[in-house]
Amino acid sequence: MSENVNKANRTFTDRARDAVQSFGLPRMIIAVFLLVLFIAAPFVGADFWTQVTNLFNRFSWNAVLVLAMVPMVHSGCGLNFGLPLGIISGLLGATLSIEWGFTGLASFVMAVLIATPFALLFGVGYGWLLNKIKGGEMMIATYVGFSSVSFMCMMWLLLPYHKPDMVWGLAGKGLRTTISLEGYYAGVLSRFLQIQIGKLVIPTGALLVFALLAFLMWAFLHTKTGTAMTAVGSNPTFARAAGINIDRTRMLSVVMSTWLAAVGILMYEQGFGFIQLYMAPFNMALPAVSAILIGGASVNKASIANVIIGTILFQGIVTMTPTVMNSMIHMDISEVIRIIVSNGMILYALTRRTEATR
Amino acid sequence: MNAPLLELKNIKKDFFGNQVLTDINLTLNEGEVLGLVGENGAGKSTLMKILFGMNVIRDTGGYGGDVLLNGQKVNFASPFDALAAGIGMVHQEFSLIPGFSATENILLNREPQKKSVVSEVFGQRLNTLDRSAMRKGASDAIEKMGVEIDGEMVINDMPVGHKQFTEIARELSKEQLKLLILDEPTAVLTEREAAALLDSIRGMSSRGIAVIFITHRLQEILNVCDKVVVMRDGEIVKDVAAQETNVTEITRWMVGRSVNAAAASHREPPESDTVMSIRRLWVDMPGETVRDVSLDVRRGEILGIGGLAGQGKLGIPNGVMGLYQAGGTVTFEGKEIPLNAPRKCLDSQLAFVSEDRRGVGLLLDESLEWNIAFPAMQIQDKFLKPLLGGLIKWRDEKAIADVTKRYIDELQIRCTSSRQKAKELSGGNQQKVCLAKAFALEPQFLFVSEPTRGIDVGAKALVLEALKKFNRESGVTIVMISSELEELRQICDRIAIVSGGRIAGILPATDSSEDFGALMVSQVV
Amino acid sequence: MSQNNKKETSAVRKVLGFLGANSVPVMFILICAVCIPISGFSPAYLLNEIVTRMGRNVFLILSLLIPIMAGMGVNFGMTLGAMAGEIALIFVTDWQIWGIPGVVLAMIISIPLSIALGLLCGKILNMAKGREMVTSYIISYFINGVYQLVVLYMMGSIIPIKHSTIRLPRGYGIRNTVSLLSMRQSIDNLLAIRVAGVKIPVLTFLIIALMCLVIVWFRRTKLGQDMRAVGQDMEVARDAGINVERTRIISIVISTVLAGFGMIIYLQNMGNMPTYSAHSQIGMFCIAALLVGGASVDRASIGNVFLGVILFHLMFIVAPSAGGKITGDTMIGEYFRVFVSYGVITVALVMYETKKRRAKASLGEQLRAAQQEGE
Repeated sequence: MSENVNKANRTFTDRARDAVQSFGLPRMIIAVFLLVLFIAAPFVGADFWTQVTNLFNRFSWNAVLVLAMVPMVHSGCGLNFGLPLGIISGLLGATLSIEWGFTGLASFVMAVLIATPFALLFGVGYGWLLNKIKGGEMMIATYVGFSSVSFMCMMWLLLPYHKPDMVWGLAGKGLRTTISLEGYYAGVLSRFLQIQIGKLVIPTGALLVFALLAFLMWAFLHTKTGTAMTAVGSNPTFARAAGINIDRTRMLSVVMSTWLAAVGILMYEQGFGFIQLYMAPFNMALPAVSAILIGGASVNKASIANVIIGTILFQGIVTMTPTVMNSMIHMDISEVIRIIVSNGMILYALTRRTEATR
Repeated sequence: MNAPLLELKNIKKDFFGNQVLTDINLTLNEGEVLGLVGENGAGKSTLMKILFGMNVIRDTGGYGGDVLLNGQKVNFASPFDALAAGIGMVHQEFSLIPGFSATENILLNREPQKKSVVSEVFGQRLNTLDRSAMRKGASDAIEKMGVEIDGEMVINDMPVGHKQFTEIARELSKEQLKLLILDEPTAVLTEREAAALLDSIRGMSSRGIAVIFITHRLQEILNVCDKVVVMRDGEIVKDVAAQETNVTEITRWMVGRSVNAAAASHREPPESDTVMSIRRLWVDMPGETVRDVSLDVRRGEILGIGGLAGQGKLGIPNGVMGLYQAGGTVTFEGKEIPLNAPRKCLDSQLAFVSEDRRGVGLLLDESLEWNIAFPAMQIQDKFLKPLLGGLIKWRDEKAIADVTKRYIDELQIRCTSSRQKAKELSGGNQQKVCLAKAFALEPQFLFVSEPTRGIDVGAKALVLEALKKFNRESGVTIVMISSELEELRQICDRIAIVSGGRIAGILPATDSSEDFGALMVSQVV
Repeated sequence: MSQNNKKETSAVRKVLGFLGANSVPVMFILICAVCIPISGFSPAYLLNEIVTRMGRNVFLILSLLIPIMAGMGVNFGMTLGAMAGEIALIFVTDWQIWGIPGVVLAMIISIPLSIALGLLCGKILNMAKGREMVTSYIISYFINGVYQLVVLYMMGSIIPIKHSTIRLPRGYGIRNTVSLLSMRQSIDNLLAIRVAGVKIPVLTFLIIALMCLVIVWFRRTKLGQDMRAVGQDMEVARDAGINVERTRIISIVISTVLAGFGMIIYLQNMGNMPTYSAHSQIGMFCIAALLVGGASVDRASIGNVFLGVILFHLMFIVAPSAGGKITGDTMIGEYFRVFVSYGVITVALVMYETKKRRAKASLGEQLRAAQQEGE
């Protein structure tokens, strides 16, 4: 009780300290590191606005994949290490859309539409599995992702694709490892309403699509069902006592996550300009996981703000370290820094006591 | 003259100002068997924790008074010190490694070892175990106990009674053992096993080992103990030789207290029709098994359900509300309510305030608003704004804030704001939030389970008053489950006593404590 | 009569139970039985390959047994030991110490590295009780980053590397492949004998046999007993006075050190070292092999290791060729075996988790049955 009184009398500095504490030390370090990189950039000859443009671009490629983490975290399924499963649905959508002759913006829209039933199907299966193994989600999710990626490696070879743009030239069958999207949906979103001020280029369309999805996510979490989902993640027993069907709620979150991953990979491809098949989706889960953690999420709490901050910080480091660090110490250690930072962040989150007090 | 084996002098203990033990004095001689009885919360287990040097005592500020062992003052820094001094304790929960044999468990971390060259170099933990010495040590202990169990059997494959005996054998295998504390050891035993245990207690006593025997089965105490110590409200109310007393007397000492305000606010029990009838209910709630309960609840009454811990009183609401696996039939307002489906109960306008506040009752990481509004929102679509012609059910933050503020005022919940997180509140205020959550559902029927457990006196009175008001003003039928008989007698019309997973009897709240006490121990398992 | 029936059904149930409990090895035997004839390899060739691969892999897989005993699940952090072994080999190669002395020296150098990494890993895992596996899996990625930092950037610039043959042309960092020709199969070839055309690396097998004996002995020590106790119930073990945290750390350290040795044995057999990828795959293959042998996340024996190596590598050898014969594309077989490796781990993890949940549920079933009997 006295604690409560104290709380009311808190000064501004106390609140500020609290804010820093809740922001977390590792996040602080990463944010400061990024800030230093930005400040240092002009001194080592990297153009500031080019850097910012890069950041905008990378953000627009990756943000939806990071957003895909949110539903499963909310429903208490933990970090979605099984992201590759959703990515595969997206890849199926992408390749089928091209195979069936769609081009330009239509190929993107069709890719999303075709990917949707796959994502629903995979999501339901995946959700069913995760409901059977509550408590062990993260490890199994990882391996479900891996298994599905390696299974699809066979399928990319075996499925009867014929479009010359996509299959190996000599054999006339089997998809290539990298497929160029030139003429299809490369940049269709980022070029839409693109803003150019000097060297700064803003991929408005892609950002708008992310904003729309993020808004929908935010709105969903404000509905009755969304509220139930958060409660299931916060305390499943409470939710059950309040008459919530836990398995169904978790299943819904997994399906949402999987679908967002499918859309996320399509967004990534439209920015990047290529479809990457075979083992490429393999390690796409870890960057998304660490991005949302860097953004301030924990194993069972995540918000849209976490997604945005996390993607900016993570992608900032990915884009800035090569240019700045290389010029400074003449070594390209950005890749290594990325590995250490992202996995270090995941380790940090895993070793902290789950923030839910039960 | 020889000092007694154990002497407790003026032992006092409080948990954050809440006095749980006052001036406990006790002596125990070698080979003596002491039966310790008392209602739940009488302070038995706290006393034993002090004796056994448990960390929780030190973490909460230690205790007052002296513990003397053979005339020497002792103060154990940890259970290991207590063990070294010759005190052994068998807890209610088994402390056994499931995949190990009885032998391995009996000698856990005290295994006889053989040295080898490797262990000389790398340290003692690389000694090999001396299996034959282990077998011998374990069988010696089993023999000492006098109950036959298979030393090679793995714990997982054992009947529950044998697990209990394995624990006892483990204590007996300790050479220095002088005093053994048995905390409700017969609760899990069959009748035959219990009889065997009593024999083995006599055997220990003849070997000079003193035993403190805690149980609710009073007859056992009379059969085996030299003296009986009765505790009530943190005090020893009676310390008497076992031959000089009987079950009725002990029961009276256990529950009997000056009957004061209890009956003050009593009204004539409403003579009305049955609103809920429970038939042959069984509930599989660990530690609170309900075996065969049939019970009728009258419209508009407050029915109390009392009984000792572990007898199944908590299982009744948890089973009816679908939180634990249950069977039997429950009819509410003439309609049968399906079991094992929380949603169906809530849809029928039943509500439940769980005894497990932190586990079931609250979303600790969410705001009070969420906690209070959540069930009503999910079950009855309250606090929602339909958007797009009802396609989307949007959370109505303002309505939620309003209802929360109303209950904060009504129940005097102390908090900084309605958006404060539930985990930041004190126990009493958390309990009020749980009540508010149930009230917000505007139920016709309310189960309240242990509403005053672990909260301070002021909050207690408030909670009880709120329940009473809810019953009187909204005409809601309330079934309240509590371990505290006096509390039940304060607000209930009738009180059912559960014993051994069955209803032992239903009495008007005005009946004497002794009658209730007799019911409580009538079918104890 | 009815008793007879009961016996029969119980026998059937036993067989089904056995198949259910060992479904992974059974599945693998079936896969191998189908693929071997299709692949068209001669039995002698297969036998030779299996013997070689046993010598190469068994030691590594043995390193997984001790953390399983201590209840910490499959140690994905064994790659830490593998990295320690690789760093040791880089040094030994640079110092140009050849043959057996080189191998032995590498093992000695790997010990302090492995212990340091094992301590770190153990400490972190103690902070993440209940999710050891996913944590150790992320640790392996994390340390992989540190490993790259050290090997790719610090070696040659901060840590002296003399010989340009292993250095990258730019002056620092180690090349993508380090040739271990100087010590290639030095253990395998010593005392090797040929039986009917199959080369048997006797010394390697002796080392493995010795290691198995050590593990058997270890289980009988006080420390081994403590680990089993900690593995089954940490709280009970703690109440009995066992230092739980320390015991867990020791189990990880032992595992890491053994993995370091195992990696050195593995690489001396291969004869060259893919500096940046050797360790990342080895963890997955070892774990898959162990699980194929019928081990589960909480139970593994030496028998599982040997059965697993034989079945897993048999599949590994025949899959590409069998896949090629069936589909006309050898890549299919390659992908198939990767898929099977991951699939096996997935299935084993799922089985472990469902078993854990079933155990909880069956407790309730028992209670209910008892009550109904009472009624």
